[in-house]
Amino acid sequence: MSAVTRTTPAPTPAGGIGKSVRDSLVIARRNLIRMSRIPEMILFGLIQPVMFVVLFTYVFGGSIQVGGSLSSQDYREFLMAGIFAQTVTFATAGAGAGIADDMHKGLIDRFRSLPMARGAVLTGRTVADLVQTALTLVVLALVALLIGWRAHENFGKILAGFGLLLLLGYAFSWIGALIGLSVRTPEAATSGGLIWLFPLTFISNAFVDSNNLPTFFRHIAEWNPFSTTVQACRELFGNLPPGFKTPDAWPMQHPVLASVLWSVVILVVFRTLAVRKYRSASA
Amino acid sequence: MPGAIYAEGLVKTFGDVKALDGVDLDVPEGTVLGLLGPNGAGKTTAVRCLTTLLTPDSGRAFVAGIDVLKHPNEVRRSIGLSGQFAAVDEYLTGRENLQMVGQLYEMRAKEAKARAGELLERFHLTDAADRPSKTYSGGMRRRLDLAAALVVSPPVMFMDEPTTGLDPRNRQGLWEVIQELVAGGTTLLLTTQYLEEADHLAHDICVVDHGRVIARGTADQLKAQTGGERVEVVVHERDHIATAREVLSGFGKGEAAVERHTRKLTVPVTGGAKLLAEVIRELDTRGIEIDDIGLRRPTLDDVFISLTGHMAEVREEEAEVEKEDAS
Repeated sequence: MSAVTRTTPAPTPAGGIGKSVRDSLVIARRNLIRMSRIPEMILFGLIQPVMFVVLFTYVFGGSIQVGGSLSSQDYREFLMAGIFAQTVTFATAGAGAGIADDMHKGLIDRFRSLPMARGAVLTGRTVADLVQTALTLVVLALVALLIGWRAHENFGKILAGFGLLLLLGYAFSWIGALIGLSVRTPEAATSGGLIWLFPLTFISNAFVDSNNLPTFFRHIAEWNPFSTTVQACRELFGNLPPGFKTPDAWPMQHPVLASVLWSVVILVVFRTLAVRKYRSASA
Repeated sequence: MPGAIYAEGLVKTFGDVKALDGVDLDVPEGTVLGLLGPNGAGKTTAVRCLTTLLTPDSGRAFVAGIDVLKHPNEVRRSIGLSGQFAAVDEYLTGRENLQMVGQLYEMRAKEAKARAGELLERFHLTDAADRPSKTYSGGMRRRLDLAAALVVSPPVMFMDEPTTGLDPRNRQGLWEVIQELVAGGTTLLLTTQYLEEADHLAHDICVVDHGRVIARGTADQLKAQTGGERVEVVVHERDHIATAREVLSGFGKGEAAVERHTRKLTVPVTGGAKLLAEVIRELDTRGIEIDDIGLRRPTLDDVFISLTGHMAEVREEEAEVEKEDAS
């Protein structure tokens, strides 16, 4: 006992950008350490997209027509933006499960009893997920190169494409966070975090040419925020097959702008909802 | 002048359930208040309201003189919370956990590191400091959780069932730590289902049931309220129960109560040790062989039963905690 000095924290004002950033970084660091100690999670996060690449390229690829072409090289290039986008969105289920787990274990109570910046626990988690997603994308891009995917535009455009993917993934991770805060168990967060991603990623242009869809689904697919980013990446990577007819829908005509807009709107709306939910969260 | 922890008319409802139904508390600085009650009595809800985790429907609360509802973030700087389940990150080492908490309290990285080392040593965790806390035993994890609550040496501490699910040795160890803390001037609110624990640690006790404080006072006052001392005898042979009962009733303030299957007789008495000697002589004269005899003061268990009409229900929760620890 005698060794312990009584330290009173300095009465600094609550909030402030600096405090927010510092707290978020402390939490992000904590989550990255965690992830590095559960390497199998990173591995599973990689296996799934690689599996999709193989499935779609070699199993479905020969039968899917894009822009009138049945060439497997054309499809391979067309497909990859879809796989990249699917990978960043599926990674969001992790944020939800992680946050639900923290609630379940009482860690969220501990954080909420500390003089922390309000959104820091969630921001720290989503930022850590973003880092993991970026690493996954790098590995996936290497796998893609290995099986013959090529980007045909300049380096700046390619980077911009990956930037859009990460922005989409970051925005979506806040939906994951909200789900994680709203369910009772980590298991529910995992399944609840995945269910909505199936229609979202499949009623889209990710794996097929949306021009081939029935009218009703075609409209959904063309306005789907997910499709917008996929289309933007195809443009930026130069992966649109010859003879591909760009749909008339506004987001498909201006995919880069539409992708940024969608991601920012999703980010702002779901971040607000998640932070509000966090303040009243209880296990 | 209100105490370090002060609450007035706290009400919190969850759906149809009134978890808190007008709770008043006043804990003078440097003392320990034990909130004692069975599962679902409202103890945890009270702690959650006082530590800014829950907003009460009505009522007022002050911690370290700060209004909990108006300035929750200032309250958070002055409190430490140690929960029912050890809230530490199991994949982080003990040291990393404490450093993280220190940094979230606005310490510099270096300062947080030094403080973590100090606490690890104090809680005998230095050897395990750089192992993920996943590998810790239940007692070690509980100590780490308590250390995390003490990173800034807060003047006011809240402990929600700190020893639930711990084995007796670990419980004893944690009690010692708590006593040291209080000796150092910390004000503590402690919830427990263990009557023995409240008796051992708390200056004042509030007995809570169904969201209300149904009795308050020192352990001695509560015991006095339940009745004075009693003589308890266990006879060797079942055949002797009737005679023994006759003897005891002769010395006691009333009829002796009998528990047949344990051959135990109990009678309320006045007169203390001197009377006990007389009882022993008389039983001996009558040729009654005894296995055990003693003068017993009422425990808080007796207090609880006389106040609520039922035992403190600890078994269910204990089973749950054990399951949690095993996983």
